[in-house]
Amino acid sequence: MMLLSGDPPRSRVLTIVLLVIILALAATPFIFPGAKAMNVAAKICIFAALVASYDLLLGYTGTVSFAHTMFYGIGSYAIAIALYTMGPNWGAVATGIVIGLPLAALLALAIGLFSLRVAAIFFAMITLAVASAFQVLASQMSWLTGGEDGRSFQLPDLLRPGTVLIPKSLIGFEFNGRTLTFYLVFVASTLMILALLRVVNSPFGRVLQAIRENRFRAEALGFRTVFHLTYANCLAALVAASAGILNALWLRYAGPDTSLSFSIMLDILLMVVIGGMGTIYGAIIGAAIFILAQNYLQSLMGVASKAAGEAGLPLLPGLLHPDRWLLWLGLLFIASVYFFPTGVVGRLRSGRAGKTSDAAH
Amino acid sequence: MTDLLKLSGVHTHIGRYHILQGIDLVVPQGQTTMLLGRNGAGKTTSLRTIMGLWQASSGEITLAGERIEARTTPDIARLGVGYVPESMAVFSDLTVKENLVLAARDGPLDDKQLDWIFGFFPALRRFWLSRAGSLSGGQKQMLSIARAIVEPRKLLLIDEPTKGLAPAIVMALIECLKEIKRKGATILLVEQNFFAARELGDHVLVMDNGTIVHRGEMAALAADVPLQERLLGLSLEAHQ
Repeated sequence: MMLLSGDPPRSRVLTIVLLVIILALAATPFIFPGAKAMNVAAKICIFAALVASYDLLLGYTGTVSFAHTMFYGIGSYAIAIALYTMGPNWGAVATGIVIGLPLAALLALAIGLFSLRVAAIFFAMITLAVASAFQVLASQMSWLTGGEDGRSFQLPDLLRPGTVLIPKSLIGFEFNGRTLTFYLVFVASTLMILALLRVVNSPFGRVLQAIRENRFRAEALGFRTVFHLTYANCLAALVAASAGILNALWLRYAGPDTSLSFSIMLDILLMVVIGGMGTIYGAIIGAAIFILAQNYLQSLMGVASKAAGEAGLPLLPGLLHPDRWLLWLGLLFIASVYFFPTGVVGRLRSGRAGKTSDAAH
Repeated sequence: MTDLLKLSGVHTHIGRYHILQGIDLVVPQGQTTMLLGRNGAGKTTSLRTIMGLWQASSGEITLAGERIEARTTPDIARLGVGYVPESMAVFSDLTVKENLVLAARDGPLDDKQLDWIFGFFPALRRFWLSRAGSLSGGQKQMLSIARAIVEPRKLLLIDEPTKGLAPAIVMALIECLKEIKRKGATILLVEQNFFAARELGDHVLVMDNGTIVHRGEMAALAADVPLQERLLGLSLEAHQ
């Protein structure tokens, strides 16, 4: 309970689902051998933290920001540029962190102080403009960022796949630098999500919720809402930049497509909505559903299409053809928003609340 | 008797509309001043202007001798002004406890003060950990008032607390406000319910078209039926 800041999942099914996801992620290197499974698991961890940080903004303050990928990109590029220019050593990793995190926080502070006073829609537009400008800047400053190609770099020895930490003969599988990097990503993401849970369940988090519900009412109680919103914006930016650092470390690369593109922003929005806004736990569910669907839906459809063809069913083989996976992915998201308007977490929690109130009456 | 709040020549514009057209009023320390008037007279705008939620276009507002018309809403709240907006303004996603903890701002809740509040509003103790959104209308209004008195305030601005409430709840609210008065609170209370106004008010201000058209003792207005009809278009009997 202490670990979850007194805010448990509040639904038995949700608890089980979360436990399954977390245990599966933790055990991925043992139970799902192969690079793809590890990549998917690492991406779920990174995005769970990234989406949770966006949930702090969207779900807890009602602020729509389109600059979240910019902070994610700052973290990615900071570590990539440091490791690229300084070489694969821990000093470069530390430099990337020391430059990337404060830069993201300062930029969030500047955006917050200048634009959180205005109406929500204008804030969203300002963040969109700043994020677009940053994307162009990253592309133009190719001497630093590598332009459209991005920056590939090497990791310190300890984190390289070639570094065997525990040989296969000892534990049945090889624990190498890549596995260590995976656990670094897993532990860091978990800590960030727990920290965010602590933040949203603190008195500060309650003020954010009050602001989301009625900003003027919160001001009438004496809260300087611009300060609170700016602080939340900085915290979210710090976590997003940290997620960006983890992403670059995992991919050993930072480029516009993997860390700055607008499609990542849309993915984050979808994951928050699917998981459930204002819950933090929704970030884990949303990231898991979205990334699993993104990676496995196509092959699953291939199997289904083949089976339908062999069974001699009309239409279905064509409809389920793997090439149509994006159509089904879209339909899946529409269906999830339609059937779970408060997200998966909201739906599971309200189901429990319904049962409790029924019992009470 | 000193004046805690003073408005001199206050004008407020909302967009193109000139709502407050030169308000002059005083709220004496330790007294309850009723602000009455027809719908659209400018009563709520007056409270919101004092609170800084609408910026006064001109004029002076002083609280305990300090000019506040250019201050921000949080600053005014921190000077000790409690505001109870109309329409049961609670934070519905938060629990009753969290609503009150928020109102206490920087410090922990005072147990003695809480017990005093629970004495009037036992429902708040019963639903202490329930979401405020799940409370009934009357309970929400109780919570809204409790939020304003959970800490000592210099001045309470209360906007139509009895609006839309059942008669039994109205009576409980009146009793509570009387008790708050007895504790020496200074209150500026907007009210449409003349019975509640008569029960609670020491002084009365009547507004019409953004100006104060009458000021005096509440008891005198309550006793003068023709004046009530002229100022408010009502008779006391109709509201008893």
